[in-house]
Amino acid sequence: MTPDGLGDPGSAVHAGNVAPSPAPPRVLEPGQTYASVTDKISAIALAHRHPRSWMIGFIASSLLLMVFLYASGLLLITGIGLWGNNVPVAWAFDIINFVWWIGIGHAGTLISAVLLLFRQEWRTSINRFAEAMTLFAVACAGLYPILHLGRPWVFYWLMPYPNTFGLWPQFRSPLVWDVFAVSTYATVSFLFWYVGLIPDFAVLRDRARRPFAQIVYGILAMGWRGSAIHWQRYETAYLLLAGLATPLVVSVHTIVGFDFAVSIVPGWHQTLLPPYFVAGAIFSGFAMVMTLAIPLRAVYGLEDFITLRHLDNMAQIMLATGLMVGYGYLMEVFCAWYSGNQFEWYVTINRAFGPYALCYWALIACNIVIPQLIWFRSVRSNVTALFVIALIVNIGMWLERFVIIVISLHRDYLPSAWEMYYPSVWDFAQFLGSIGLFLTLLFLFIRFLPVISIFELRELVHETDGGQRS
Amino acid sequence: MTTATQLYGLLAQYDEPEALRAAASQAYAHGYRRMEAYSPFPVESLATALGHPRSRLPILTLVGGVLGGVSGYGMLYYASVISYPMNVGGRPLHSWPSFIPITFELTILGAALFTVFGMLALSGLPMPYHALFNVPEFKRASRDQFFLCIQSIDPQFDINQTAAFLKECRALAVHEVPR
Repeated sequence: MTPDGLGDPGSAVHAGNVAPSPAPPRVLEPGQTYASVTDKISAIALAHRHPRSWMIGFIASSLLLMVFLYASGLLLITGIGLWGNNVPVAWAFDIINFVWWIGIGHAGTLISAVLLLFRQEWRTSINRFAEAMTLFAVACAGLYPILHLGRPWVFYWLMPYPNTFGLWPQFRSPLVWDVFAVSTYATVSFLFWYVGLIPDFAVLRDRARRPFAQIVYGILAMGWRGSAIHWQRYETAYLLLAGLATPLVVSVHTIVGFDFAVSIVPGWHQTLLPPYFVAGAIFSGFAMVMTLAIPLRAVYGLEDFITLRHLDNMAQIMLATGLMVGYGYLMEVFCAWYSGNQFEWYVTINRAFGPYALCYWALIACNIVIPQLIWFRSVRSNVTALFVIALIVNIGMWLERFVIIVISLHRDYLPSAWEMYYPSVWDFAQFLGSIGLFLTLLFLFIRFLPVISIFELRELVHETDGGQRS
Repeated sequence: MTTATQLYGLLAQYDEPEALRAAASQAYAHGYRRMEAYSPFPVESLATALGHPRSRLPILTLVGGVLGGVSGYGMLYYASVISYPMNVGGRPLHSWPSFIPITFELTILGAALFTVFGMLALSGLPMPYHALFNVPEFKRASRDQFFLCIQSIDPQFDINQTAAFLKECRALAVHEVPR
């Protein structure tokens, strides 16, 4: 069996390219054995000392996390008035950041589940940390609606549970659907990630030298022995989970899209929103995976595992989903015009030429214009260029949510209710702080867990005719 | 020399998955049934070679999904129609389209929970102690070595004959596994 893309990668991908091209990069550089991949990846988690860059990064993100904790504490004491949002712009940074973070998470599930079902073996080196990224992004996302509740300490009222009020949540509201979607997504993502980690915990248990590490990894490995019948069930479970996670990931951002589409605010009330949100989520998620993968492979010398081929493939997915998002923007304008609805049309004009026009055009530049550079092979093989483009897409997708949320709300039906929105310094503190929370969790993950799935790499070694000797 | 009753079994060591699979088929053909193979990554058709039946896990997943979906929809119906009926502009209380998203999410949740916990329960995990961990070489089952263990409870097990048989199956080494 020659798994697609292992033996002869790129043959179909660049069929239209006339110039004779050099051999496309591989998904795994040659010379690896079962033992070498095991030792290399597990050594990162088991090492006593870590690169200086890890320490610097961890300290910087922890400081940002402190900013988050300070801003959250102040918010709990003061109330929502601390933020810049006020009627008519009742949703602002909190919901922008919520949608931004949850969208980022989607690439992790897409890489681990959808690419698994499509037998795209190149996913192996990037699925583990993409899944971790999903979990941490969902954690950041989930905090925003809770902090926005006003009384976050009673957030559990959103859950249906027997209570003395005799009340139930309003199950016809998309916001309650969101509670179920996001909590299910967080649970299933965690299960998927943990199941993927069990055999690798066993590796760390068997290779750790310090008793404390042996005990902790031993507990986490749950006595995994790699027996044939366990592997059989394991593979079945993993495939089933992938099959469950795939519709789930689509449903989650669809429901996030419903939060807007089910309302009657002009610019939100469109059937276009759910699919266009899903495409945007994947677009931003792949941008974030690239933003994280490029420094990671450089710092830890993982170029043999996360190869140029991975970056090339991810860039192409980013380009494809970016074009879908571009189609979404186009259809948004078309539907507003074709509906003949003056309020819809006004929102469109107001986006492009109103007081926030700068955000709109920056969004078009970041999401539509600049990613077109990915069409060029020289850009796709230039790691620095990809990193910069990925960062720009991250910014662009944040701006997209700003444009959708703030510009629609600040001028809707009644001109007497129009009002400008300006974020306060605490909005920015909360946002930057949540990036700190995300990065802190990510740095801890890199320090203590295998960043690449070891057993799947061994499978890849076996399939690419490596083995004991290479 | 340890006696058969003190042993968990005999452990044969291999360095390639193909060798392990061949040995497993040979042992099965020889009539051994109480045996298990261990590998650092899933080896195709190894479980079949050992005579393991197909996994029943998908049935559990289905049960979990159906349970999650039915109980989810049941909760929505009970809450919105029976326990707390609320007249919103004369719309029907049983407004099923708006119950679909939550029902869908709970279906997925039930199926996923049953899949993961079913997989662990069927495999008897977590299991903190196992006799195999007494063999120092077994640590390499999570790195680069492949093992076949014939257990002493197998009716055909005989410490000398089984050891000789495993050597015949081209084992690189045969280890005794104390209980």
